[in-house]
Amino acid sequence: MKKKLLAVLMSAVMVMGLTACGGSAPAESAAPADDSASEAATDDAAAPAASGDLIKVGIINNDPNESGYRTANDKDLKEMFTKENGYDASFAYSLKNDEQITAAQKFITDGVDYLLLSAADTAGWDTVLKDAQDAGIRVILFDRTIDAPDSLYEASIVSDMAKEGQTAVDWLASQNLSEYNVIHIQGVMGSAAQQGRSGALDSKVAAESNWNIVTQQTAEWNAEKAQQIVQSVIDAGTPFNVIYAENDDMAKGAVAALDKANISHGVGKDVIVMGFDCNKWALEELLAQNWNYDGQCNPFQASYIDEIIKTIESGGTVSEKTIIMDEKGFDATTITQDDVDNYGI
Amino acid sequence: MSQARKQVKKKFNPAVLFRKQIFIPIAALLLLAIFNLIADPSFYKITLGYNSAGDPVLSGYLMTILDYGSELAILAIGMTLVTAASGGQDISVGAAIAIAGSVILRVLCGTDSRPDHMQAPVIVAFLIACVVAMLFGAFNGALVAYFKIQPMVATLILFTAGRSIAAWINNNELPIISDPSFAVYGGFIPGIPIPTPFFIAMVCVIITMLILKFTNLGLYTQSVGINESSSKLNGLDPAFIKFLSFVLLGLCVAVAGLIKVSRLSSINYSVIAKDIEMDAILAVALGGNSLGGGKFNMTASILGAYVIQFLTTTLYKFNVQSDALPAYKAVVVIVLVVLSTPKAREFMGKIAKSLKGSERSVA
Repeated sequence: MKKKLLAVLMSAVMVMGLTACGGSAPAESAAPADDSASEAATDDAAAPAASGDLIKVGIINNDPNESGYRTANDKDLKEMFTKENGYDASFAYSLKNDEQITAAQKFITDGVDYLLLSAADTAGWDTVLKDAQDAGIRVILFDRTIDAPDSLYEASIVSDMAKEGQTAVDWLASQNLSEYNVIHIQGVMGSAAQQGRSGALDSKVAAESNWNIVTQQTAEWNAEKAQQIVQSVIDAGTPFNVIYAENDDMAKGAVAALDKANISHGVGKDVIVMGFDCNKWALEELLAQNWNYDGQCNPFQASYIDEIIKTIESGGTVSEKTIIMDEKGFDATTITQDDVDNYGI
Repeated sequence: MSQARKQVKKKFNPAVLFRKQIFIPIAALLLLAIFNLIADPSFYKITLGYNSAGDPVLSGYLMTILDYGSELAILAIGMTLVTAASGGQDISVGAAIAIAGSVILRVLCGTDSRPDHMQAPVIVAFLIACVVAMLFGAFNGALVAYFKIQPMVATLILFTAGRSIAAWINNNELPIISDPSFAVYGGFIPGIPIPTPFFIAMVCVIITMLILKFTNLGLYTQSVGINESSSKLNGLDPAFIKFLSFVLLGLCVAVAGLIKVSRLSSINYSVIAKDIEMDAILAVALGGNSLGGGKFNMTASILGAYVIQFLTTTLYKFNVQSDALPAYKAVVVIVLVVLSTPKAREFMGKIAKSLKGSERSVA
């Protein structure tokens, strides 16, 4: 009897586990910091804050192991918020909203001057941010927005995913193919990156008669799943000439399937390969002309945050609540080694 | 003549068939096969082509199934043993694969995350990964066997921490190996058109079958699973058998890890082998094995693993949204669990009997 009970329990857990698979959404977002901006910011930062004291900041971020994007983001923040630049920073990491809220409460108790937040989830932040406001702590959101009145925070620094997708689709349209048969590999459904990057392509396909979707599947940012999806299309024998993968990992998986079937890809070849995020290795693939396009997902928000803090400290006001960073798209025919070094994450 | 016919009839007695454990995966496989045959016979087309390196490769849905089902089949071997001995499952295999894969890449890459040449022979990297994976298996096994923690709870620790450990092994870098000879394990051996993972899986299966045939491992595992105290009275050490099953699963994890990292010559800690533990447990369940431990049928589990891949590939072929795949698998689990209850089996046996009875009366 006990064993049977266990078996039933087990299967229930399994079912839950299986259906919950689609739940986790890797943080994908982007923001550009072009050279001049980051240089200017660094210069500013070199002069310690006007008061001469260190500015206390509490930074709540997602786990840096989550993705290459997050690793670069965390590194950028750590390089910016140092004692030399006039900051006393503490970091807290979690992929879970409730743990992040606990961390925020701790920072409020500690009496930080600024709370920098990349929220795991959009909901549930109202109360804690109100507490922060009452304690005179200024809140700056980076990378992700939340569902809360914008009076609760000073600024939100995000990237425009829809624009990222639009830039990529415009580039693809400029290739002037007579027919576009696209394999569309999506990220985790519902994530901001997926919605923005899918949206542009979807509307283009709906508008143009010579744009067709061969298959549209989510590989959940996973290279292996992308490989299987492309493999399935190849096995079915359906012709295609574009792979639109919503991140670099999935593009890599797709290319592995192409190589196996001896389908040529890259500049001037049979299949156009497009990725996002600008991982260093992906830009190297572009440089070698194995891929055609990579859209940037800029993790370097620290200089923007620094600028805002400097403005507030000097008594100024932040004019724009939502700051959208510009984003680049790289073409394999024009990319240079400098681009790889500067923008690769 | 009539005797021969009678014998044939006896062989196909459906009531006996229903009671056979291997009936479940075979029935599921046939169901899928027939469905595909009706829906689109081109599913079974296999073509000989050449990959971009110029080597001959067979391609087609069936080859895809053999290829991608291999890691799962290897994991199913270990998972079956763990399930049988401990009456619970190891949910940390996905995270452990990340660790094993990370170790392999760490040894091959040395300090440079993007080496031009591999810094060590693959076999050395693989053996080190085996040792590491078996150590983590031993950790799980010790918690379960000696500290008597529920297997799912014990392995939850590694399930949570494993991927961070994997990232830490490589200093959070993403190593990429450009040497094409490393891609062989997850791709093709030059000149042989059948995917290497299938060969690796077959070697594992053969070794397992030989071990089960020529040692008492199978018998001991089952007796510990069926009744721990009576097997203790008979001179077995139940704790050690349980411990051993987790260590063996660790070995399977290392092999699966090698195939996984070789497929892309790289690793992504957060998504490599994601949710594979659920598929591995499902393979065991699909093999008709009781998830509460005790008797097991290894062949049925391995077949179960390929059936899962068959299902996945079929769903991909029909363009089912891949984030809906878990829901389909969940349906399979529910049906299986219900079917494998004694009540349902008794019921099916009765139906089969009455069918046979009516057949006889018609005759």
